[in-house]
Amino acid sequence: MKIVVCIKQVPRRDDLLRINADKSWIDESSLSFEANESDAYALEEALRLKEKHGGEVIVATLGPSDASKTIKEGLAKGADRAIHLCDSTFEKLDAVATAKSLAAAIGPEAPDVIFTGLQSDDLGYGQTGVLMAEMLDLPHASIVIALETSEDGKTLRVKRELENGWFQWISMATPALVTIQSGINKPRYASLKGIMGAKKKPVDVRTASDLGLNADALTPREAIGSLYLPVREKQTEMLEGDAETVAAALVARLRGNGVI
Amino acid sequence: MAEFRGVDFYGIEALLSEEEKLARDSVRQYVEDNVIPIVDDFYERGEFPMDLVRPLGELGVFGANLPTEYGCAGMNNVAYGLVTQELERGDSGIRSFVSVQGALVMYPIFTFGSEEHRQTWLPKLATGEKIGCFGLTEPDHGSDPGGMVTRARKTSDGYVLNGAKAWITSGSVADVAVVWAKDDDGRVRGFLVEKGTPGFSAPEIHKKHSLRASVTSELFFDDCHIPDANLLPGSGGLKSPLMCLNQARYGIAWGGIGAAMACYDTSLRYALGRTQFGRPIASFQLQQAKFAEMLTEITKMQLLALQLGRLKDDGKVTPAQISMAKRNNVDWALKIARMARTILGANGIASEYPVMRHMNNLESVYTYEGTHDIHTLILGEAATGISSFK
Repeated sequence: MKIVVCIKQVPRRDDLLRINADKSWIDESSLSFEANESDAYALEEALRLKEKHGGEVIVATLGPSDASKTIKEGLAKGADRAIHLCDSTFEKLDAVATAKSLAAAIGPEAPDVIFTGLQSDDLGYGQTGVLMAEMLDLPHASIVIALETSEDGKTLRVKRELENGWFQWISMATPALVTIQSGINKPRYASLKGIMGAKKKPVDVRTASDLGLNADALTPREAIGSLYLPVREKQTEMLEGDAETVAAALVARLRGNGVI
Repeated sequence: MAEFRGVDFYGIEALLSEEEKLARDSVRQYVEDNVIPIVDDFYERGEFPMDLVRPLGELGVFGANLPTEYGCAGMNNVAYGLVTQELERGDSGIRSFVSVQGALVMYPIFTFGSEEHRQTWLPKLATGEKIGCFGLTEPDHGSDPGGMVTRARKTSDGYVLNGAKAWITSGSVADVAVVWAKDDDGRVRGFLVEKGTPGFSAPEIHKKHSLRASVTSELFFDDCHIPDANLLPGSGGLKSPLMCLNQARYGIAWGGIGAAMACYDTSLRYALGRTQFGRPIASFQLQQAKFAEMLTEITKMQLLALQLGRLKDDGKVTPAQISMAKRNNVDWALKIARMARTILGANGIASEYPVMRHMNNLESVYTYEGTHDIHTLILGEAATGISSFK
């Protein structure tokens, strides 16, 4: 079974975030980075599938050159090789362009299963996996919290998380794409032997032109206008008078604001 | 509570390779998830958490700087040091177990053992399937191990061991003991003594105030017959066990950083959250002086250990350089633990916080693997060229 798992490197969860000078993004200079949380669960799910069915696990990462630490961690945990989409053209892509780039790299591999995390912890669009499935003409299931495979590995049975505490089990034929929800499993630790072994595993670095993509094809369809911290605002108006007067005034205010 | 983020005031992170950072982070996460939540209960009960041994083996911490052909990780010494640092952030007893297994059992088997010894023991010690201990110190011979009275008398088919060893980490749970004894010529040799060998017993020393989550034992040899095959053929003279101690002391120098960081981090969080006189106690100058001192000393400890590791990886390290790092880092770890205890006030003595556990542990670490005083004399000799104790 050939399994691709997409892993994004994101700022660490409890890092202190500061907005950069032009308010276009957070200041990344003092941040440390880690694998996106739900992607780490997706990797574990991929490694478990490989342990059950054999085959190989390929890590696919789109990110700057220093994403190599996150890629190496994936290889250390047991992935066999990696594809690193690394090019200045790949900076600040929207979800469509990210999906397009990943699809261009992953498509030719013709994997049986593609895993992504549910969403990235930084941008949080939750679209990359789903868009990629459409681009590659694959069936997909999102927000998956349990995954089973048939003995021959040709059918996936997945449990999806719906709203209001509802769940849905669905079956789908491979090849397919699944977006994984955090908590589906217990990710393993990278062993020290695995970390040393990761140095010998191939990492295929691809640029946009390697994938036949140019800047035009990757032009974002949306952009972040400005980033700002929530502004604290408080306006207090004291209603004076006896209870009846205050109540009437309050109702008038609430009606006026469209609250009631 | 926010995750532990390490202490890096001097951008030392940039001096580490990706592998070194990954090794540290993986063990840090393991310790955070599996050691810190349980170790205090084990400490209170005076019990070693035996269930951690196999998972630690899977993680690859035992003999992590030994070659892959024997089932080890083959890491460099800096990565290995960072591993011991993270383990000691959990508890000195856990780090002690790992140091003994790797530096004092696997290292001598690798260095002085036959190929058969290596093949037989190293892969199983690496996974934690087998546990080892190291017997050098005796009840009456600590800092002067050359005065040992344990004897290995030659017989037609082996040796007969007689004597006693004391303060032996993991002694009662070990499957194999690396025991140092003088042969008929008065030369120190190393022997592998397997559990269950007639005449060999290893009772545990109870009632300790330190390293309570660690097994400490005595080893007794009463006409204990050891076959010729269990002699470590490459061992000879006191230099052999001292080479092992150098390996272990190296890891301890890093371990001290882990314990110190745990105490610093705990006391800093506490001081920022604890309010007296209407202000966080972290805002008071007397407390700030302690944080300035702790942060400075931790940074110095890190730089000492890192350069020591680079020297070791280049094959240029001297025993006296290792003495300097062990002496300084454990001494300061202990001082930092005491400072942290004062910041926590009465809470500093409570099990809810790890500070006093680290402090009590460090009292042992201060003394074992070459006492602070002996390392002082080694450095005195290095400086002056005059030995004060030989």
